[in-house]
Amino acid sequence: MAEARRRVIVTGEGPILVYGPVDVEMPDGTRVHSDRVVTALCACGRSRHRPFCDTSHRRRVRDDEGKEHGP
Amino acid sequence: MTTTMPEAPTLPAPRGPVSEAVLAVLRGDHPALPAVDGTAPYGEDLQLALYCCYELHYRGFREADPDREWDPAVLGIRAELEGLFLSALRDDVPAGADVGSELDALLVEHVDAFGVSHHLRRNGQLWQLREYVAHRSLYHLKEADPQTFVIPRLDGPPKAALVTVQHDEYGAGIPERAHSRLFADMMTELGLCTDYGAYLDSAPAEILAEVNLMSLCGLHRGLRGALIGQFATIELTSSPGSDRLVKAMRRLECSPAALRFYAEHVEADAVHEQLVRRGVIAPLLSAEPELAPDVVFGIRASMLLAARSDDLLLRHWNRGESSFRDGADGRKR
Repeated sequence: MAEARRRVIVTGEGPILVYGPVDVEMPDGTRVHSDRVVTALCACGRSRHRPFCDTSHRRRVRDDEGKEHGP
Repeated sequence: MTTTMPEAPTLPAPRGPVSEAVLAVLRGDHPALPAVDGTAPYGEDLQLALYCCYELHYRGFREADPDREWDPAVLGIRAELEGLFLSALRDDVPAGADVGSELDALLVEHVDAFGVSHHLRRNGQLWQLREYVAHRSLYHLKEADPQTFVIPRLDGPPKAALVTVQHDEYGAGIPERAHSRLFADMMTELGLCTDYGAYLDSAPAEILAEVNLMSLCGLHRGLRGALIGQFATIELTSSPGSDRLVKAMRRLECSPAALRFYAEHVEADAVHEQLVRRGVIAPLLSAEPELAPDVVFGIRASMLLAARSDDLLLRHWNRGESSFRDGADGRKR
């Protein structure tokens, strides 16, 4: 049934949004859970709160030089 | 832990003729109401008077009969104060209707910006962090409440998405996880008083104005677009700002329990940002495109008032002075 499937949104610009509580297994076997209605999973690899998004995918600028700054 | 509504706060001290008259009306007196025209729109007198009128819709005051909430005398003066505040904001923020560009701009991280959270992360002192948290308690001890007023003014997908965010703010069914509760826990860790309204007398007009904007837009259906803009501004800028405050608190060797509020906001608001943009704003503007200028107004007015607060706090701290207006110096405990 389509209604029973979990909704997942690949934002493209940042995280992957997963609806419902999640239990995430990390590469080292540890498990992290989130009970939020929606969880944002890091897809850019820059988050310091992995597996969760911490908005580190955002564009960063240095105003005094007016140019982009690497993450 | 208390499970019932704690006692309402006491009325603050007046800051001029208008707030003095409003406080008298709240106490049940019938003073001659002063002319409101000419009161400085961002000044101490107007902002405190307006704050007290709005507070009747939240927790009220010990000395004020609950019936004052819908007392025409209060509503009449409140409307005049709102008129002055709103027209000053409309004059001071440039009009626009391009919500997409406005949101994109909020999503860019300015690494060399200099706001309060940047200062606290780099070299802020503990007494400055405590003052900041005390000022913020005016909003965070009722976190999400002003925005909840907008729920019945929305319908369909934007309503569902906004309620999803609010559900998270209120602890998703677990009172101990409500953000207002996490904030109070942090205040305790920092040695601050968690009584609702305890820092109202300490807070300058700039801090009151930020909360007043939320109440103004939340309580007027005609300003629901602006409320959504204000809500988006908080949710989009909070995650990186909270991260800077976590770093500030680690540097100042605050307890792990103290860090929890801002640490939770780094992750929660990374989700809320997505829900607000995709779930609230996109469908709202698709159904009611005429709200776009008000959404932009809400964003720009929030940013203007936040910048005024930041300037005020940094100006005091740069001189080594407390930003508390009642001399309840954050350096003394």
